[in-house]
Amino acid sequence: MREQVLLQSKIAQGDFSRGGETSSNLKEALRKLGIKLTISRRVTIVTYEMEMNIIIHSLGGQITVYISSEQIRVVAEDLGPGIADVERALQPGYSTADDYVRALGFGAGMGLNNIKHYSDHFTIETEEGKGTTFTAIINF
Amino acid sequence: MKLADIIPLIELEPVVVIDDPDYEIETVCGCDLMSDVLAFSQEKTMLLTGLTNPHVIRTAEMTDLRFIIFVRGKRPPQETIDLAKEKGINLYLSPLSMFECCGRLYKAGLDSETMRSID
Repeated sequence: MREQVLLQSKIAQGDFSRGGETSSNLKEALRKLGIKLTISRRVTIVTYEMEMNIIIHSLGGQITVYISSEQIRVVAEDLGPGIADVERALQPGYSTADDYVRALGFGAGMGLNNIKHYSDHFTIETEEGKGTTFTAIINF
Repeated sequence: MKLADIIPLIELEPVVVIDDPDYEIETVCGCDLMSDVLAFSQEKTMLLTGLTNPHVIRTAEMTDLRFIIFVRGKRPPQETIDLAKEKGINLYLSPLSMFECCGRLYKAGLDSETMRSID
């Protein structure tokens, strides 16, 4: 199967009340396709972390999930502000989240590490003042 | 350990009941950091938490975790209860502290959450 779009969803900045809806819809779509639970769990955790990142840290963005016979590719693109220090952002425990976000149970500085851990391939492209694109690939 | 044995042990009050008392719980995770739950949780894990917002349900949904216990008798808001019903996730309250709940469960022989990857 050639790669095709499985799901595409816009995510608004600060939209905590709808946070997780995209990942939840994705989980249902993967279930309908009969994707193995161990794969679907990794894909939805990665997508959920990306979705919350857009809500918490960005000016808004979108998530697109592609599927082929070999892999699932999750792409999260945002409109900014970009990550000033990627190496630091990847350090476990490092976070710029505010108290409100932390009170919800997020912002513990583990999100990017989780994405990396559950992906077979993970890249970050970022430019300060422009935006960030996260790409995670999970192989079947 | 069966849910039926856990209910009296940590004095659980049901809020949303999906699974029957024969359901077997294998591990427990006591945690208020959702990314840590996302990092370590397996199926058949029971989550003990002091957070009651709907993201706890979302986190459980993503990890296929079916049981959430709110410690120190915290009642979840209606939106959390509604989402749990929709997603088929069991909710209970315990009047005990996180430490007391974990201590009683550990003493009764429940294993702690193992830090292995999902796959």
